[in-house]
Amino acid sequence: MNPAMIEFEQAIERPDRQPVPPVRTIVLDRPPEPVRPPEQREALRPAAGVAGPERLRLEDVSVSYGGTSTLGRRGANAVRSVSLSIHQGEVLALIGPSGCGKTTLLRTLNRLTELTPGARRGGRILLDGEDIHDLEDTALRARVAMVFQQPNPFPMSIFDNVAFALREQSRRRPRRPELEPLVIDALRRAGLYDEVADDLHRPALRLSGGQQQRLCIARAIAPRPEVLLMDEPCSALDPISTGVIEELIHELRRDLAVVIVTHNLAQARRVGDKVAFMYLGDLVEYGTAGQVFEEPRAPRTRDYVRGAFG
Amino acid sequence: MSTFVSQPSARPTGTRGRGSSIRTWRLSDFLVLLAAWAAGLTLCLVVAAVVIYMGVRGIQYLSPALIFSHPAAGLAQSQTGGFLDPLLGTLLLAAIGIAIAAPLAICSALWLVEYGRPRWLTRVVESAIEIVAGTPDIVIAFVGLALFQLHLFAWVSEVGEGGGITGKSFLAAGAMMSLIALPPIFVSVRNGLQGVPAHMREAAFALGKTRIATIRRVLVPSVRTNIATGVTLGISRIIADTAIVVVLLGDTLRIEPEAHGGLPVLGLLKGTGSSLTSYVYDNSPAGESGAPQKAYAAAFVLLMFVLLLNLLVERIGRAQARASGFVSAVEGIV
Repeated sequence: MNPAMIEFEQAIERPDRQPVPPVRTIVLDRPPEPVRPPEQREALRPAAGVAGPERLRLEDVSVSYGGTSTLGRRGANAVRSVSLSIHQGEVLALIGPSGCGKTTLLRTLNRLTELTPGARRGGRILLDGEDIHDLEDTALRARVAMVFQQPNPFPMSIFDNVAFALREQSRRRPRRPELEPLVIDALRRAGLYDEVADDLHRPALRLSGGQQQRLCIARAIAPRPEVLLMDEPCSALDPISTGVIEELIHELRRDLAVVIVTHNLAQARRVGDKVAFMYLGDLVEYGTAGQVFEEPRAPRTRDYVRGAFG
Repeated sequence: MSTFVSQPSARPTGTRGRGSSIRTWRLSDFLVLLAAWAAGLTLCLVVAAVVIYMGVRGIQYLSPALIFSHPAAGLAQSQTGGFLDPLLGTLLLAAIGIAIAAPLAICSALWLVEYGRPRWLTRVVESAIEIVAGTPDIVIAFVGLALFQLHLFAWVSEVGEGGGITGKSFLAAGAMMSLIALPPIFVSVRNGLQGVPAHMREAAFALGKTRIATIRRVLVPSVRTNIATGVTLGISRIIADTAIVVVLLGDTLRIEPEAHGGLPVLGLLKGTGSSLTSYVYDNSPAGESGAPQKAYAAAFVLLMFVLLLNLLVERIGRAQARASGFVSAVEGIV
């Protein structure tokens, strides 16, 4: 069985770590409403600097694509010498104009860039002190989960979508009754359970876009990863679904380190505890959200957050 | 999503813009339109004529006794029995052919789309399958005959009285039939896989799944309907084929599993037989037996099979589109 699941089952047995209660109440036929207004949500944030243990550490990370890059140069670096550290309990927002390497950097963190032929990585990435290069890629991706820009549930039922993530590779075991509490818990933590509880076996592709994206989040967090990577998770969604997912990100960061790539500066300000600004593959500025947006040190950052270019 | 009260939308009014009426068309455009209509209608008429003629003749001569009785040798038509054996032969051939072709075609399509390395080999495989699809079935039949008369394959077919290997049996014919059924299955599955969006694979990889787990649990289920479509098309190819039956199945009157002794199943597979197509040919005025009424009845049954299979293909395609909203290419089948 998956080690993450064993750990999780032990956690259930311990009374001090109850599964997280539902995030919001939902009435069918009405848009889901965030339980708390934004200003109250603001108050719920842990004070700045109260971050958990370090989860990911990037040391001089560079990524280049072998073929002709978007910049037209052969082997141009998409990401150049980025060093960062990512802590549990905080949300790191990666911002920057298109083509600046933020998505490449994100995909490097769970070695998805390796699927691109010709992609090369330099530097070291440490997950809890272990070099991710030494981990098996499948094991790494179960610990560093990812949510994509476009909601991409599999063409199966809601239950099977989440269960697929929990099942060991292609094995059918563990069986449905054993998986059910884990699936329900994951859906609950993703704030989707109340909306789909009546029929977990309906096709996932029948859900709305926002629900599909929350299903993808449920699927990603079901194996209890340590880090959650999100690649513009709201850019294909409407404002209400976006609000629901942003609130969800707030809740999730209690157990996880979250890295979110976003084009939307307002969103980066709303959800980010730390913000990293990238430009043409370089990490230009890194700091708390307040510092990067209010008192940017680099002139480039100042121009970007003020909307001078983008 | 943001508004939950639907606004009454402005309906398009019926009036058309200037110049879009057919009366203002140029003569050449009009002629082409006319030719297109004429061609389409002619085709429909030809198909309708075949179906109606065969239907009338078939219903006229078809009787349950004909379907459920064995054929027999006889001088008068009343003595030659029905076509139970050719009917069973057709079904058995289709089963053997698909049992060989489907795994081969699905695996090669999976390899081609999901692995695709080395590049040159994928091109070789694709053109090889295109060549097989384009090869006349009589050529495939003779290649099969040459192959199965080798001593290496003596166990596949009947051994004649003089010790000569006939190379004719259900196994031999079924193996060559699989070549005919393979291209449509391959093309259908390949198109289906190419239609699965790349982000579906990426999502599985990002969940820490291996490539093989992704194929088994995500990709193969997504192309299930393509597999069904391809298999159905393959079956209709097999049951429509005559040359391979005549050359490789022996075109004998009856299926006689007992004649070869030993295990009943192996005896059946090693034995010879006939199919509806060869039965129609033999009983038509062009053939030897000359019982055109029975040929009509058998041809009608055959036609019904093919029509049913075509209907099934259409159904599967539509069910696919309805079931999931997950679009994968069903078109583009040879």
